[in-house]
Amino acid sequence: MSQLVNMARLMQGNEAVAEGALAAGIRFFAGYPITPSTEVAEILAERLPEVGGKFIQMEDEIASMAAIIGASLAGVKSLTATSGPGFSLKQENLGYATMAEVPCVVVNVQRSGPSTGIPTAPAQGDVMQARWGTHGDHPAIALCPASVAECFDLTVRAVNFAEKYRTPVILLMDEVIGHMRERVVLPPADQVMVVDRKKPAVGPDRYYAYRPDEDGVPPMANFGEGYRYHVTGLVHDEAGNPSTNPKIAEQLIYRLHNKIDSRLDEIVAVEEMETADAEVVVVAYGGVARSARRAVKEARQAGLPVGLIRPITIWPFPEQAIHQLADRAKRFVVAEMNLGQLRGEVERVVKGRAMVTGVNRVDGELVTPAEILAAIKEVG
Amino acid sequence: MNKALSSLGPSDISIKSKWCKGCRICVAICPKKVLAMDAQHKATVVNPEACNRCRMCETHCPDFAIEIGVKET
Amino acid sequence: MQEHLETYLRMERLPHIWCPGCGNGIVLGSLVKAIHELGYDQDKTVIVSGIGCSSRAAGYMDFNTLHTTHGRALAFATGVKLAKPELKVFVLMGDGDATAIGGNHFIHAARRNMDMTAIIFNNNIYGMTGGQYSPLTPEDRRATTAPYGTIERNFDLAELAKAAGATYVARSTTYHNSLLTRLMVAAARHKGFSVVEAITACPVAYGRRNKLGDGADMLLAQKENAVTVKQAESMGKDELAGKIVIGELYQAEAPEYTELYQQIIQRAQARASKGCN
Repeated sequence: MSQLVNMARLMQGNEAVAEGALAAGIRFFAGYPITPSTEVAEILAERLPEVGGKFIQMEDEIASMAAIIGASLAGVKSLTATSGPGFSLKQENLGYATMAEVPCVVVNVQRSGPSTGIPTAPAQGDVMQARWGTHGDHPAIALCPASVAECFDLTVRAVNFAEKYRTPVILLMDEVIGHMRERVVLPPADQVMVVDRKKPAVGPDRYYAYRPDEDGVPPMANFGEGYRYHVTGLVHDEAGNPSTNPKIAEQLIYRLHNKIDSRLDEIVAVEEMETADAEVVVVAYGGVARSARRAVKEARQAGLPVGLIRPITIWPFPEQAIHQLADRAKRFVVAEMNLGQLRGEVERVVKGRAMVTGVNRVDGELVTPAEILAAIKEVG
Repeated sequence: MNKALSSLGPSDISIKSKWCKGCRICVAICPKKVLAMDAQHKATVVNPEACNRCRMCETHCPDFAIEIGVKET
Repeated sequence: MQEHLETYLRMERLPHIWCPGCGNGIVLGSLVKAIHELGYDQDKTVIVSGIGCSSRAAGYMDFNTLHTTHGRALAFATGVKLAKPELKVFVLMGDGDATAIGGNHFIHAARRNMDMTAIIFNNNIYGMTGGQYSPLTPEDRRATTAPYGTIERNFDLAELAKAAGATYVARSTTYHNSLLTRLMVAAARHKGFSVVEAITACPVAYGRRNKLGDGADMLLAQKENAVTVKQAESMGKDELAGKIVIGELYQAEAPEYTELYQQIIQRAQARASKGCN
């Protein structure tokens, strides 16, 4: 990489995603134009061939998701980017990637909805879709950046998680973060930790494509490398062959969950600010977290015992961190650009030990510091 | 019958009964009426000496259940 | 044949799931023979399929096999092929799979002309779900979802492929399976997006409801109804009604996508290295 990369640059969130993707080893992108994520595609259309990678604009969002799965099976790290309506269309194949354990990353720059909504306006209405969008019981990993620098970092992390756990990972952005410009200094290439999928330790004759190691993750042979096996979205046995055996079905679905659930310490990340003595804890993520930070600062200046917890990993939900804060806190204020999608999760974990209120906007505008501050002061 | 079989070789027309699903395509397509369906609705060889090795049965069997051997010279 | 099966099929998975008289096994047999003739390395060949009866064929084949979602096989295959152009790619689909839910992917795959061979098992019906009409069900046929007969006009798959930009289009039937094998070989050797339509019988979900007899009757009907491309040339439209034109229907030269993309890479890298200096 050239020296230029390590200099401070004014960069957009979507651009940082593209840079993070390249740094993490993404060499295949398939996408479809959609506001407000299109810049990711545009930048990668230009940059990927420079590094020998491939870009393709597919006929639709469904095909884009399918193509990145195909490319990943062929051994090339793959990513796509979209927004609300496109995210809806990707759900079926997202489930396929979960079931067939194909590493890939889906960037969703959330916009106002439902349906076409306000394409250029931010929202956080896809929180639950990121968790439950595809049908069937399945695990989900979704990461939520709150700055341009973090767009880079979390894209790298998303790619690494996808490779390590053989699962699709969602980078759940919002239009505020995607289109915001900030000064960032990207790390030099040798300082970016890059994880590659586990290769089989045995020869083709002893390889079972879906036989997990102790960590629950099966080593992955790429197409064309001499390991011939079957990949399907059907319930399958360790060889990859379709099965309707209830025992095999149960084991598979549990394993898909366990390989994520048993690694929460590696996967789940939060940022906490002034929470040690906080009686009021603001919960905010993505673009809204920036307003929340300001509100907490102002509250502290006014002498109020207020802190902030920002889920960086939104799925799996950071239950442990919220659970611990609920021991001390009297109230949680969940600020989000939806009508309380994450608030429900907070309530589930708090279990009535503290009050949980929301600051919510669905008008395509970012929640402001003043609105959060007002909510902090409301009861407490 | 026995003589005819030995001239052809007993394994010349082999039918995997386990794989035969009884569709009767082989019976319908054989130009020499070599095959018939048995009581279990499986293809069976009834007229082996008439077989001219055209392989129509083999190539049209959807279940890969028929194989015509190569005639020994 | 048997030795081909043992080489190219996952024998432990047989017998297959298809119904008595279903022609899918015949198409699979043709494909196995074609790949043998092509001499493709199994390790370097990918078989992609969609969802439906015919798409189960991939699971029986001892290759890199990818059984995808309904209609999306070509989109998955596009990712595989573009990522690793050195891999040979066959895409197996049914008629509903390829032309209804997958219709958009089909026309765009044809338009891109990426080097792969699409084999459409056309049995005129959705078999796996029990006999609903597809875009390739002819008019005035019975289906569970057309109890009074179909009123939709059917696609001509070959014309559709040709119009969308496919550079090799051929058709045969399970009756004419030696021709089917030869066409598969020619399609695979053709550089670009090639389409082979294989007319195959579904006696259980289509034939029975339309009084077409059993699998054997339907197979023999293919023989009766087929006309070669050459024969068709001298036949009028009315004469051709209900006939199946078999053989090589269309062939053209056009730049192949992955080769064009390789040029993009060279152009981008040349520009990038200039920019650095």
